[in-house]
Amino acid sequence: MRHVHDRGGWPDAGPVERAEHDYSMWEKRTDAMLRILTRDRHIIRVDELRRAIESIPPRDYETMSYYERWITAIETLIIEKGLLTREEIDRRVETLEGTRHV
Amino acid sequence: MAHNHDAQEAHAPIADQHEMTLYEKRAYAIESLLLEKGVLTAEAIRQKLEEIDAVTPALGARVVARAWVDAAFKARLLANAKAAIAELGIDTDALTTLVAVENTEKVHNVVVCTLCSCYPRAILGLPPDWYKSLSYRSRVVIDPRGVLLEFGTELPADVEVRVYDSTADMRYLVIPERPAGTEHLCEAELAELVTRDSMIGVAKARTPVAA
Amino acid sequence: MEPQFKPGDRVRIRVDYPARHFRTPGYIQGKTGSVTTVHGAFRNPESLAYGGDGLPKQFLYLVCFEQTHVWGTYPAAADKLYMDIYEPWLEPA
Repeated sequence: MRHVHDRGGWPDAGPVERAEHDYSMWEKRTDAMLRILTRDRHIIRVDELRRAIESIPPRDYETMSYYERWITAIETLIIEKGLLTREEIDRRVETLEGTRHV
Repeated sequence: MAHNHDAQEAHAPIADQHEMTLYEKRAYAIESLLLEKGVLTAEAIRQKLEEIDAVTPALGARVVARAWVDAAFKARLLANAKAAIAELGIDTDALTTLVAVENTEKVHNVVVCTLCSCYPRAILGLPPDWYKSLSYRSRVVIDPRGVLLEFGTELPADVEVRVYDSTADMRYLVIPERPAGTEHLCEAELAELVTRDSMIGVAKARTPVAA
Repeated sequence: MEPQFKPGDRVRIRVDYPARHFRTPGYIQGKTGSVTTVHGAFRNPESLAYGGDGLPKQFLYLVCFEQTHVWGTYPAAADKLYMDIYEPWLEPA
């Protein structure tokens, strides 16, 4: 059975939406973070990122945005490799509750 | 946007305010924690952000323009794209392997990554949203002519359309055809005709605007 | 270590949907094409994806397919599909 990321020839695909969005700062910073983790620090491999993205539940994979999939996969791998724990991240997220950002 | 390099604070000065989304919060939480642990440095982040902004399709356009004016360069580009591009002083370290494929009167190439979003970022910058979309990834392999039509590109039936699905380490760069009526243009002017979309293969290069 | 295939060889793509990470799209599995380029040997992504060292390296080939063969209904007879495929996914056709 096809995996959700394996899209070539997927039926009912619809027209290609050509409108492009300006990348927000968090998206660029996620991209920057991945470049450091892969190229500079060799902590994550691109193959691992792909694998982690592919393991996102199908329904979520299809509805999340591109960088939402990336940050989800980065979080999975960072925890898997023991650099951070889910609890640490959750606690830090709580401190950001109600915070505004550019 | 000035950033406080204190590892304790991941926030920028408040300017354009918005409530952060769930994923945005996860991203900032992870970044701030990794900064504290020294896995990331503010300097490295700054440098990568600069790289993201600095690498644009203009780099690829320079390569194409050079290939249009210099047949020997084009031959080297088609044989070993990374080495040829390095001749122009463009940093190719971030590229795994690059393959240049040439559009001609008889052959039109278009590139996709159906499994994810593989793209020659080191030479074209960040891929457009549509390249990464589920619909492009689904449809361009099974109906490239239909997708190209949506981009305003119509190809006669006797042109061979080749779709490259980037499934491994190779990244593909399309060398679009040099438009007619450009014999009088210099290399820099030619580069201005080379669009990002023509180097992905969903469009042809622009034709010069009549004076 | 030598590549099993050379340019011009006809190859059929194996059919498999393992639960692990792999880079052979479903739409090409079971199809037959021609090797156009031997890219060389690369570390195995199916191992790298799980922190493995990706060894032994596998030969990677650019394989060309007729679009009319890949898809049931396809309107332009000359059109092609090119894909990079790792040697373990290929068998002689």
